Amino acid sequence: MAEIEVKGGKKGAPRIDLTPMVDLGFLLITFFMFTTTMSKPKAMEIQMPFKDEKLKEEEKNKIKNDAALTLLLSKDHRVYYYNGIGDDPTKPPEVQVTYFTPKDGIRDVLIKKKATVKSLITQGILTATDRPVVLIKPDVNSTTEDLINILDEMTINGIQVYAVVDITPVDKEFITATEAANPQ
Amino acid sequence: MPKIKLPRKSTHIDMTAMCDVAFLLLTFFMLATKFKPSEPVEVLTPASTSTKPIPEGFMLITLDKTGRVFFAVDDINAKKAIIQQVNKEKNLGLSDIEMINYVNGAGVGVPFSQLKAYLALTPSKQTEYDRSKATGIPTDTTASFTSNELAYWVMTARYHVKSTNKTTGEEEAGRLAIKADGEAAYPEINKVITTLGKQKVFRFSFITDMKGVPPGTALAAERAGQKPE
Repeated sequence: MAEIEVKGGKKGAPRIDLTPMVDLGFLLITFFMFTTTMSKPKAMEIQMPFKDEKLKEEEKNKIKNDAALTLLLSKDHRVYYYNGIGDDPTKPPEVQVTYFTPKDGIRDVLIKKKATVKSLITQGILTATDRPVVLIKPDVNSTTEDLINILDEMTINGIQVYAVVDITPVDKEFITATEAANPQ
Repeated sequence: MPKIKLPRKSTHIDMTAMCDVAFLLLTFFMLATKFKPSEPVEVLTPASTSTKPIPEGFMLITLDKTGRVFFAVDDINAKKAIIQQVNKEKNLGLSDIEMINYVNGAGVGVPFSQLKAYLALTPSKQTEYDRSKATGIPTDTTASFTSNELAYWVMTARYHVKSTNKTTGEEEAGRLAIKADGEAAYPEINKVITTLGKQKVFRFSFITDMKGVPPGTALAAERAGQKPE
């Protein structure tokens, strides 16, 4: 019997070159990786103080000068700060300037303030229930980023009592005076 | 010299396994992906350490870097009710198609005087208009509904958008979120915050990007499970 010789010997399954399919697969993966939003934006909850005109005066009186720290947000992401609420015209506060830098920035100021308040409590000048109070006063040159950053710093440093309030003309003078004293 | 004869092997690699992996990954990304929702304008939000996800059904106030204000609501049923009320109270004379365009659109960033013309555009044309020509919703620091149109939008929307309190199960007025560009000047964001304050809204959220917690701080200790001092 004449045997039919099959070329190539034993016959397996026909092979398909899968390389283009793999190419296509990875191309699509790349596409989905680029279009997908992995880090979803987060919501930062804030509670604004009640801006009732009547309440305001009472609230102001509640703040103890020793526990308070006032931050003035200004242009170029600068933060001017001073201890107290700066309402005593006879004793103008010592205004200093800092930035949102991770080192030697506003964070260190806040940590120092917390430590100061703690030591004042042990000395008996402040009562045990007193907490550091931070007043945030953004001026017209500051940006939303500054506001969110400073609110975030409050969370980072565990400061429970803080308020965003309108800047006063006196505070504006502090900024101009400090700027004039330290020409860049 | 004797030669070592290596058996000749085919250089052909079996691609089946690689193909399997590729398509497995592809399936994963297709199922896990969520396309970026259409936004009226591009906004670069600042970063914060907050890890709270954005709850559904928020009313969203968008503030772009030039200070334009946009107002958007998610819930379609609430949107229908809102536009009907706005149409009636402001005598805009909107047609049914224009109202449907509002419901399908992303959000509004024009004064009421231009609202009819704006809603005559299809949602895709609206987006184009938002990018280039829209002036934003007129906003100021007063509580007047005529000059501060954002106050009117917020009041109307809060009446219609309801959210269920997760702990008590009671219905309450919908929550507001502000998506503000980091470069927007403070007076612009102050207008929005003051408007909300005048509406007795003191609790709201800022939409932010994520940022790591700096080590050695009170928050880092709290997140690590230690008791804050």
